[in-house]
Parts: sequence; structure tokens; C-alpha cells
Amino acid sequence: MSILLMSEPTTIKSSKTHARWDYLDQLESESIHILREVAGQFERPALLFSGGKDSIVLTHLALKAFRPGKFPFPLVHIDTGHNFKEVLDFRDKLAYEFGEKLIVRQVLDSIKKHRLQDAKGKFPSRNALQTYALLDVIEEFEFDACIGGARRDEEKARAKERIFSHRDEFGQWDPKKQRPELWSIYNGKLHKGENMRCFPISNWTELDIWNYIKRENIELPSIYFSHERQCVLTEGGQLLAVTEHIRLDHEDEIVTKNVRFRTVGDSTCTAAVESNAFTLDDIIEDIIAAKVSERGATRLDDRISEAGMEDRKKNGYF
Amino acid sequence: MDILRFITCGSVDDGKSTLIGRLLFDSQAVSLDILNAIERQTKNKANGTIDLSLLTDGLRAEREQGITIDVAYKYFTTKKRKFIIADAPGHVQYTRNMVTGASNADLAIVLIDARQGVIEQTRRHSLISSLLGIPRIVVAINKMDLVGFDPSVFEQIVADYKILAAQLGLTDLKFIPMSALNGDNVVEKSEKLAWYDGETLLEYLENVQVSADTNTTDARFQVQYVIRPRDEEYHDYRGYAGRIQSGVYRVGDKVAVHPSGIESTISRIETNLRDVKEAHVGQSVVLHLADDIDISRGDSIVTIGENTEATVSNEVEAHICWFDERQTLHEGTKLLLQNGANSVKAIVREIEYKYDISTLEKVSAVGDRGAAAKLNDIVKVLLKTAKPIVFDNYSQNRQTGSFILINENTCNTVAAGMISGKYNVDDFEI
Repeated sequence: MSILLMSEPTTIKSSKTHARWDYLDQLESESIHILREVAGQFERPALLFSGGKDSIVLTHLALKAFRPGKFPFPLVHIDTGHNFKEVLDFRDKLAYEFGEKLIVRQVLDSIKKHRLQDAKGKFPSRNALQTYALLDVIEEFEFDACIGGARRDEEKARAKERIFSHRDEFGQWDPKKQRPELWSIYNGKLHKGENMRCFPISNWTELDIWNYIKRENIELPSIYFSHERQCVLTEGGQLLAVTEHIRLDHEDEIVTKNVRFRTVGDSTCTAAVESNAFTLDDIIEDIIAAKVSERGATRLDDRISEAGMEDRKKNGYF
Repeated sequence: MDILRFITCGSVDDGKSTLIGRLLFDSQAVSLDILNAIERQTKNKANGTIDLSLLTDGLRAEREQGITIDVAYKYFTTKKRKFIIADAPGHVQYTRNMVTGASNADLAIVLIDARQGVIEQTRRHSLISSLLGIPRIVVAINKMDLVGFDPSVFEQIVADYKILAAQLGLTDLKFIPMSALNGDNVVEKSEKLAWYDGETLLEYLENVQVSADTNTTDARFQVQYVIRPRDEEYHDYRGYAGRIQSGVYRVGDKVAVHPSGIESTISRIETNLRDVKEAHVGQSVVLHLADDIDISRGDSIVTIGENTEATVSNEVEAHICWFDERQTLHEGTKLLLQNGANSVKAIVREIEYKYDISTLEKVSAVGDRGAAAKLNDIVKVLLKTAKPIVFDNYSQNRQTGSFILINENTCNTVAAGMISGKYNVDDFEI
């Protein structure tokens, strides 16, 4: 007895294959589809813009999704106060050139408002404190969806997160209660006060991002490319930029090296890597040859515990 | 270079995590720091090897219990392809997670422990693969080292699986004997399995054709978002943004807009901020029509005449997999049906039968309180929607034949649906 569920095989009627339709086109189209789903399903979405390469790619994809119309969301930047100046300048320039609305909120304001303990120590990271500012800005503007540039290849907890990731009214992620997400159907239904985090480039890897930046000729902040910089050598052997936000001690070894940044975050917890990559081609070669993952190379905060990201996400972090 | 999306079906006991770890490790997708972290975690370092299965366990609860709970997505690239792995848990209580991972897969790897052969779990995984319309199956017969690399064991399992596959209508099959633990036939060919002269798993994954699966004939498009800048420069601009679900669209094509049925002509197609004469399945585009018609999100624009017409109906027959652990599905249950960008209220008119997912037989869904579906049940239902929806049979079109059901009270996704046709309401009401 046969119990054929499908009466006929999947349709296979292939016509000519299309000349230029490679993996980057497929990723790009998927991301545009997700951005338009966010625009179609939510009343007050926002795009979280850090000035990093991933969120720059997001804005570029938004151009393709919505032009000649305006973006149906503002760009929102949570400024830790520890950002690199090059990145902040780039942020302002991009928003101006695109003619899109930019909302900037300071972590320091949230620290004062909630009487929080500011980050302390030698390399004070406001990374975890960003969550307060994020939740504050969501409340202030009643955002029901926040678009972010997280990728699933970055980290183990992210690898399990949905593209539409539901957060409760406290901004918390519950990994055990994730909604099943099937095909390319995204369930954006929310109760009042809840929030969706939406990740259009979930399926891109670091290398995909760089190949796309090259193909599309996307401009980036200068610190992504090799430059000479004074750095302090940390105990873990990482290079941290010398800025006014970190505390230098006598025994610290200060070195001047050709470095670049693989990710752009807080200057106090985002390490530089030694590099002579001056062009996009050099960077792509660098990454292919690199033996250490993006977060592993550059994030001091993920090393603290095996479940570092999972815990931060549960508390409302991106 | 293109993308291959595949799902791995099996449990930890079958060596699934080890297999994925091996693929990532041998294809050099694992970086040193991650390897170091795993080395630190590997409990049994006695034999000098590291536990590759730790590469895939993401959440704390999973590490604590040594199981996979949720679908994890993993990525690797070779010179030939980018691969997206949906690593789904294998146990029966996680059927919904496997269904989730299977929904986007071009290919399924069904793992079989060579010592056990085809077991209940194999049937269930194959049933779900068939139901979700995954066009091809790799049967990875693992742990060959534990049966002395005996070819007769392999051949018996192949014969057994072919019977199962015939029952399910699975035709595109590839059988590979391997030992994921030692890397035999995963990436590198194995001398111990010299009697097998076929491709290794990675060779097969790199070379298998997937583009042929796409439906390139029936033109289907759903509006996600209407672009209307309303400024001076683009005063009359009105573009319908969406991703082509199947087929090809050309400027000049005669189209019908559903569910209204109003006809018009495609006057312009934009993609990548440029005008093009035609666009194909998968592309995100903006379509313009010659006539000023009232069109909103969720409406479909389909070409008239030259290809199979889409079905427009409010009576839908479908297989659904029920996901809700708290509430069961009954006849009369009202839900929200979302198919792509469209949402509509729906009511369950009838639950025809359910599958016994171990024996693959259709059995009665009637219990103490009438016909019902509980968590992980796969049932055949007749649904009635508040407004007509535009669809094709899932076997013809995975994009337009699929939907999810949402509980309007909890907002949760409670079922995945695969449409098998429209039913005739007159027959039904006798």
C-alpha cells in the first residue's frame, strides 16, 4: 500500500538559467524580502545603526528595498560614548547623504536616568549597559520592531535565533519559546508592549558581507582598513586602541602597529588586529587566511563565559 | 557559485552532530578559537580526539543535557558552493523543529546508524522530508566502523530504505556508507570503504543540481509593500514591491490581480534600482501596472493565459503539522492563516485523518472529545478562509502552497500547512 502524500513530484520545468544570479544575489534578495516584510507588518519599525559594516550593508539593502521612496523607518544609534570618532563621523555623513532620519541616544543618559553603575575597570565596557539605552529608546518612540545586522555565523546563540525574534515587554529573549519560522513566512504578530527584533542578514557570513561590499562598492569607515595606531597589548594578547576611555598603567606595553578592525564596537572592548590590508581585496584575502573567528579575534566580552551572548540576549541585548 | 540549503535528520546517538562537526572541520570552516573552546569542553580527552559534536550545540540547556533542542543554522563555503545547514533535533518531541528546518531545504541528509538499520525514527524523518517536499535525500549510513565496514550491512540497509522511499514517493536518493567519527567518506574517500566507489558526502553536496527544483513556469508574485513616495519628483509613482515566488515576469505581460480578479498589463519592472525587461523567480522586484487599480499588501499579481492558473478559493485542503503544546486543534477552531504577505481568518471545518508517524499509516484523528490534533501531530484538514486566498498545490509550488497558522490570542505560530487542493463544499456538506 502506498501512502503518497504528494500526488506529483515537485515541478521540474527548468527554462534557461539566468546569467547573473549567484549566491550574493540570492542573499541580497532574501534580505530585501525580509526588510519589506518588516515594513509591511509593523507600524513603527527602526533600523539599529552602529556605523559598523553589517549595519552599513543593511542601509544599502534598504535603498534597494524602498527607493525611490524614503525608508519606512528611522536609523537609530545607541552611542556608548566609547565609539571611534571615525565611525561617528561616518554615521552622520551616511544619514545626511541618504537623506534619512537619524536618532542618536546616549548610553550615559540611560546610566543617569536609571542610576546605573557605569562600567569600571581598566577597559570599561558599556556593552551590557547598551541594553538599557536600547530599551529606553524603544519605549520613547514606541518601536514595535528593531532591525539589526546580527548574523548567525557570529556566535552559537545567534545560530539558533529566528529572523523575526520575539521579545517580551521586558525586551527579553526566551530561547525555549521561539516561534517556529517556516519557509519565508514571518509571523510579526505582537501583544502591546512587546517587540520584534528582525535580522535580515541572518544567513550571511563575514566573508559574504565583505564580498558584497566589494561587489557593490560600498563605502566604509576608515578604521576597517589598515592604519597606524597606538595600541595597548592586553593580557590575552589582544591589541586595544589607546583612547581616553581606558586606564593605562605603568607596566602596560604600548605598541604602534599597522592595524585594522574586523568589527566596530566600543573602543574599549573591540580589539584591533595586526594587518596590512589596505584594500577590500586585501581584507578578503586576510579573512580567508584568518584562523580565528570574528568575535574571537575582537571581542573581549564574549570570552568571559561560554554563554556570554545567550545571557545578554535573554536580558534584552541584541 | 550558488547556495545549497540542507537539513540533517538524526539524533545525537546517530552521530549527527559529529557528522556536521566533521563537515565543518574538514572543510576548514572552524576557526582556531572555537576549536580551542571545544577542546576545553571535551570531557573525554583520553583518546586524543576532540568532540566535534560540540560545534553545533548552542544553548546552555542543550550543552547541559547533551541534546539538540532547536534548529541551529551553520554555514560553510567551498570553492563550489555556499552551504546552509539546518541542524534539527531528531527526537519525536521535536518534530516541529525538524519541520521548521525542512521547510527551506533543497536536500535532506537522513542519518542511519549502521548497527540499527531503518528504524522508527528513519520513517518519521523520511515522512517529514516527503511531506515538506524536499526533493532529494542523502541516506548517510553512519558508524560503518562499528560493523567492520561490512558491505552486506550497507546493502541490506539500502534495500530496506528503498522500500520505505517507495511508500513515500521519494525518488531522488543517494546512499553513502561512512564513519563521521573518523571522517571516512565525509570529505575524504575512505580506504576502509574501498568497495564503495561513489562520491563522498561533500563531493555529492558540491555537485548535486538544485536549480532544477525551482518552478520557473508559473508566474506568481505577491505584493509585500506599496512604494508611493508622494513627493514632487515621483508624484505619480506607484510600485508594487515583492519577491517573485515562481516563474518569469516581463514588461507587457497581461496579468490579473487577485483576489479581485481585475486585469491589467505590466508596464515596468525594477530590480536593483534599475529598469529591466524581465525578472525571474527569487528576485526582489518592483512591478508597475498600466492601470490605476486598488492593490494592497497580500494581493497577488499573476500572468494570464500562458501558464497554469493559480487557484483562488476560500476552501482549502491541506496537511498541517500542529505545533502548540498547550492547546489542541479541533474542528471549529478559528485561527489566523498567513500565506506569505497575506493574512486571513480561517476555521477548521474537518480533520480528516492523522498520520501515525511511526507506521506511516493514516489513522482516525477522533479521540475522547472528537477529532483533534495535538503537539507534533500531522493531520489532513479542510479549512475555510474568510476571504479567498491565491494558492497552488504544495507539490507544484512550495512558495504559494505553504502557510502558517497563528493563534490570535497568543500570537504564536501553531501550525505549518501544505496545501493539497481546494475541496468542493457541496460534497463536504452532504
